[in-house]
Amino acid sequence: MTVVLRGGRVVDSGGERLIDVEIGDDGLIAAVGTGLTGDVQLDASGCVVSPGFVDLHVHLREPGQEDAETIQTGARGGALGGYTALVAMPNTDPVTDCAAVVEQVRALGSRSMCEIVPTAAMTVGRRGVDMAPMGELVDHGVGIFTDDGTGLQDPRLMRRIMEYSTGLTARLGRPVVLAQHCEVSTLSEGGFMHEGAWSSRLGIPGQPAEAEELMVMRDIALVRLTGARMHFQHLSTAASVAMVRGAKAAGLPVTSEATTHHFTLTDAACASYDPVFKVHPPLRTDVDVAAVRAGLADGTIDAIATDHAPHADHAKERPFDTAPPGMLGLETALSLSLEESGLDLPEVLALMSWRPAAIAGIADRHGVPIAPGAPANICVIDPDQTWTVSGRAMASLSSNTPYEGRTLRGRVRHTIRSGVPVVVDGEARR
Amino acid sequence: MASARPVPSRHLLGIDGMSRDDLEEILDLTDTFAEVGRRTIPKVPALRGRTVASLFFENSTRTRLSFETAARRLSADTMTFTSGSSSLSKGESLRDTVEVIGSYGADAIVVRHAMAGTAHRLAGWTDAAVINAGDGCHEHPTQALLDCYTLREARGDLDGMRIGIVGDIRHSRVARSNVLAFTLLGAEVLLIAPPTLLPPSTEGWPVTVTHDLDASLPDLDACYLLRLQRERISEGLIPSIREYAADFGLDARRASRLPDDALILHPGPTNLGVELTSEVAADHRSLILDQVANGVSLRMAVLFLLLGSGRDLVPDGVRDELPDEEAPGP
Repeated sequence: MTVVLRGGRVVDSGGERLIDVEIGDDGLIAAVGTGLTGDVQLDASGCVVSPGFVDLHVHLREPGQEDAETIQTGARGGALGGYTALVAMPNTDPVTDCAAVVEQVRALGSRSMCEIVPTAAMTVGRRGVDMAPMGELVDHGVGIFTDDGTGLQDPRLMRRIMEYSTGLTARLGRPVVLAQHCEVSTLSEGGFMHEGAWSSRLGIPGQPAEAEELMVMRDIALVRLTGARMHFQHLSTAASVAMVRGAKAAGLPVTSEATTHHFTLTDAACASYDPVFKVHPPLRTDVDVAAVRAGLADGTIDAIATDHAPHADHAKERPFDTAPPGMLGLETALSLSLEESGLDLPEVLALMSWRPAAIAGIADRHGVPIAPGAPANICVIDPDQTWTVSGRAMASLSSNTPYEGRTLRGRVRHTIRSGVPVVVDGEARR
Repeated sequence: MASARPVPSRHLLGIDGMSRDDLEEILDLTDTFAEVGRRTIPKVPALRGRTVASLFFENSTRTRLSFETAARRLSADTMTFTSGSSSLSKGESLRDTVEVIGSYGADAIVVRHAMAGTAHRLAGWTDAAVINAGDGCHEHPTQALLDCYTLREARGDLDGMRIGIVGDIRHSRVARSNVLAFTLLGAEVLLIAPPTLLPPSTEGWPVTVTHDLDASLPDLDACYLLRLQRERISEGLIPSIREYAADFGLDARRASRLPDDALILHPGPTNLGVELTSEVAADHRSLILDQVANGVSLRMAVLFLLLGSGRDLVPDGVRDELPDEEAPGP
């Protein structure tokens, strides 16, 4: 079965052109040109045809919290959001810190609508005490290690993990990426939102921006010492962005990501006391939002991620302090990035597709320029379609979106995963 | 502080969002209920057949008894849920809890919780009137109202008063409510505390901040002392009770630096020897016992406004609507 995307404007890392795309039954792009026909024709007129998106930061909750999300439902939401690859965080239950769980996640992922890229914990059980079996995990294809959900507190252990990781480059075929959730827990403990004017007024204990910044500072220093390849997750403060900018200028091997919520929402949203706005790192101030946008614009931040973090309704029906942190993101990321990042569409696509694909080590099959012979991982975007956000209507098993009721512009129309149309006209096919 | 999210008038969630008129309406009505309290039988049938539920996730015998006494003096039925005596626990879905209480027919829910925003969340899940009896470090509006009533009773009005709030403002819901209430009624507020016991930011607060109690005393019309919890030492916020008392405790020597007609308040329970000495607590300028007594009348006014014949009917002629429960025998 061949599929043809007709009448769209292709935008990829090579630029823009008005061409049809023909996809063969081998899952590869067979031809590009005008007037192409195939067994299935998908209308792309008025739409943008892009390499599929890659989300560097997703919590799929499986194994362990299948009431909140499964790999299948998370990947369906991803496909509806234009993603063809999702990087799965290892804070599962059991923790993804050994080959067995990596292989389970990959096996479940192989039956889902996206490619699921497993990551593994840097330390056993994410407890921050003993190094995970990184060599064995690399042999099972893991290229990104993270204790996400918490930062690795012990600077001595972080240094050792960085040093050890540099010895695995040849085994993996590229540098191992260490991804850090930067948060010094002794400063953040007991704080449930950003510490500042709003937390003071609302009486919600806060955590200072410095809890994040001190770990960014520490890890930049340790990268200088060890030469390890470091990725900073969900940067949320102006000073964090500035430090990463400086590290890049100094030629250090660091990359970073920002989430959609950290450039679209501020701590003022917590005034509702609705824990749907509780997230780690917390929503910050207008100044921080502006700094994150500037970081996206000047390349300090390499990728837009979601930190998609589903939670069942009952978990969010608690006081702000005790509700779990996290919010949905997969189905709203594109629209919010187009509307609020301040960036042009090609820049948004770069931040959502080919740049994160390179960080995830999957640039051979995702984010690839649309040309004959390339793997057909593609999304088709209608930049003018408006829609209203509804948590209940999303593919996720959970509904904790902070954008409920908002009308957004720009939506994914079709998603092609390895040559198979998994989303057609905004509907998931399974 | 900037104006707040709209607070539905059928709840009392905080001083934030209320107007000076709202406050004065409640204080005026409190006069009426204070008069009821002085009767031989201090009980009126105003809320007969209505039910007031106390939902106390955090222990507070004083506040709970004050609300329950107020409800009973208005002839309302009361029911009590406390964390010690029921299944209430931190992990339980708040929504479940409030829906259960609603199903028992509560017309008002008085809620105390260790975490900020709990009353606001409950208000979205129930048809009952929600009264915030203290939510974490956020607000304690009836305490602030009774403090305003007590000051007004002593001074006539709060306009132009200089009120110093001393102590652990960072963790104090009483301070947050009182900053708003005192300034709404025209007073000037000084926050007096070491930096570690101040909120991380007072940006937008209509207050002056100082760390020097001694220098502030001669200019104060009222000195409002906050309770100090011992855990502030293990949290690394102050070195010791001794040092706190030495710098911020009101003893007789310091009290003598206050103007002769200055007033002394404390929301209770006091730590004698820490925030103030027993000598100062018994000083003729101390209003601490008046605060407790006025709490019941003030809470009667709040319950009546939210559950009684309706907000619009209250200000004039309410006295005539409140006959004695039973006429005293001849």
